[in-house]
Amino acid sequence: MEEQVKNPIVDEQEEYFINMGPQHPSTHGVLRLVVSLKGEIVKNVEPHIGYIHRGIEKMCESITYPQIIHLTDRMDYLSAHMNNEVVCLAVEKALEVEIPDRIKVIRTIMSELSRIQSHQLFWASYGMDMGGQTCFFYGLRDREMILDIFEETTGGRMIVSYNCPGGLMYDIHPNFQKRVKDFIKYFRKVLPEYDAILTGNVIFRERSLGIGTLSLEDAISFGVTGPSGRASGFSCDVRKHEPYSAYDRVKFNEVLYTEGDTYHRYLARVEEMRESMNIIDQLIDNIPEGPYAVKMKPVIKVPEGEYFQRVETARGELGMFLISDGNKNPYRVKFRSPNFSNLGVLNQITKDFKIADLVAIAGSLDFVIPDIDR
Amino acid sequence: MNKVELVEFVKSIDKDLEIKEGKQYTEVTVPSSKLYSLAKQLREREEGKFDFLFCLSGVDYGQDLGVVYHLRSTIYNHVIVLKTRTSDREHPQLDSVADIWMTADFHEREVYDLLGIKFTNHPDLRRLFLDNSWGFPLRKDYVDDINIVTK
Repeated sequence: MEEQVKNPIVDEQEEYFINMGPQHPSTHGVLRLVVSLKGEIVKNVEPHIGYIHRGIEKMCESITYPQIIHLTDRMDYLSAHMNNEVVCLAVEKALEVEIPDRIKVIRTIMSELSRIQSHQLFWASYGMDMGGQTCFFYGLRDREMILDIFEETTGGRMIVSYNCPGGLMYDIHPNFQKRVKDFIKYFRKVLPEYDAILTGNVIFRERSLGIGTLSLEDAISFGVTGPSGRASGFSCDVRKHEPYSAYDRVKFNEVLYTEGDTYHRYLARVEEMRESMNIIDQLIDNIPEGPYAVKMKPVIKVPEGEYFQRVETARGELGMFLISDGNKNPYRVKFRSPNFSNLGVLNQITKDFKIADLVAIAGSLDFVIPDIDR
Repeated sequence: MNKVELVEFVKSIDKDLEIKEGKQYTEVTVPSSKLYSLAKQLREREEGKFDFLFCLSGVDYGQDLGVVYHLRSTIYNHVIVLKTRTSDREHPQLDSVADIWMTADFHEREVYDLLGIKFTNHPDLRRLFLDNSWGFPLRKDYVDDINIVTK
C-alpha cells in the first residue's frame, strides 16, 4: 500500500502531450492547443490555428471597398459594427469625406451596443467555463434584447453590415431610441445580478484571483490590447487615445487595473459594460437630425498611398493597414486583429499553472477564432 | 516627440536612412541589413522607447517583397513606420525582431506563411495557417486555378 503512494500512476518527471481541441467546448471555436504537461502542470502551450482561414486579406485585393465591409463582419462576428467601421473610417479618411454628426453618433451608439452584447456573451460563456450554468441563460437572455434592436434597424442580428463608406446603409428604425432606452433602464437593474452570481462567488474568485498573471511589460511587448491589456495596466483604449466617430464628445472612464490576472480581465469587461451604458446615455437623446449617408461616387477609388486606421473593438485594437494604388480594389490590406496578437501571450501566462487553469485563462482572453484566422 | 524631433532622433541613430513624411506617420526606409540594429535602438533608446509593435505586415510590391513595421511608444505616444525590402523572390530573408517585441513571433510566422519571407533568428519559424502543400498565397504572382475565381 505504501509502495503505491510513493509511486503515483502519473509520472511527474516526464513531459507528455495532450491535444485540446479543435472541437473542445472551452476553446470557443476551432482552436487547437497542443499542451505539454508535467503531471498536471502546464509547461508549454502551442496553438495550432488556421482551421477557418479564409484568406480575407487576399480576397480584399480583388473586390471593391463597399464589398470589403461584408467580409469584415465575418472576422470578429461579435464586434461586427466596429469591424465595418474600421474600413469605413479608413476609406473616408483617404477620400477626405466630411461625415455628418448624425452618422457619427449612430455609429457610436451601435458600437457600444455591440460591445455590451459581446461582453454579455463573454460573461455568459465564461461563467459556463468556470462551471456556472446559470450565467449562460442570464447572459443570453439579456443579449437577445440587443440583437432584437439590431435586427429591427439593420436586418441582421450578428452579421449586420450596417456601416458603409460614407455613412450607414439605412436610417435607424423609428423605435430605435425608445428600445435602446428601455434596454439601458432594464440592464442597469440586471447588471448587479451578474456581480451577485459570478463576481462575488467564492469558487469563482478562488479559481481566478492570481491565476495567469500578465505583467505590464509583457502586455505591451506581446501587444495584448483591449480589456485583457487594460487589466494589466496597459492604457490602450483607442477611443481615448485617438478618438474617432463621436467618442471625442462623450465622457467615459478607461477601465484600468494593475493586477493583470484572470479575475481582473473578467472584471474589466463587466466594468466596461457600465461605461458603455454611460456613453449610450449621453448620446441617445441627442441624435442630431440630418442625412444618414453622404452621397459617394458609384465606384469608390481611394487615392494612391498608405493609410492606417485603428478602432477599439470589444477585444482590443483592430488596425487596418491599407495600401492603395488608385484603383477600385486595394493593393494590399492587412487587418491587425486583436485576437491574433492576444493569442501569442497564451503560452507565456499559462506556464506553470494547472491544466484546469488553462481553461480559465484562455476563457478570460475571450478569443473569437475567425478573427484569429481571418 | 513631434515629427521634426522624431526625424532628428532617427538621424542621430543613422544619418544615411531615407526618411519620408507619410500621410499619417513618419516613414523610414531601412536596408534589410540595418533593420535589426535600428529596431533595437528604437526600442531601447531613452528618447524613443518604441515598445509597442502594433502592426507587422508583409507586402508584395511586385518586384520586391517587403515588411512594414508600425511602432508606437506607449510612454510618449509617437509613431514611426519602418519599411524594409528584399529583391530576392526565390529565397527572401530578413532579420527577425521577435526578441525585441514578443508579438513579432506570431506576426512573422504569418508573413512567412503567406508571403514566404524567411526570418533569420526567429525562435520557431513554421507555417501558421496553411500546410506545406500550399505556395505563398499573398504573393501577387500566386496562381490557384481551383480556389481563386478570376472573372
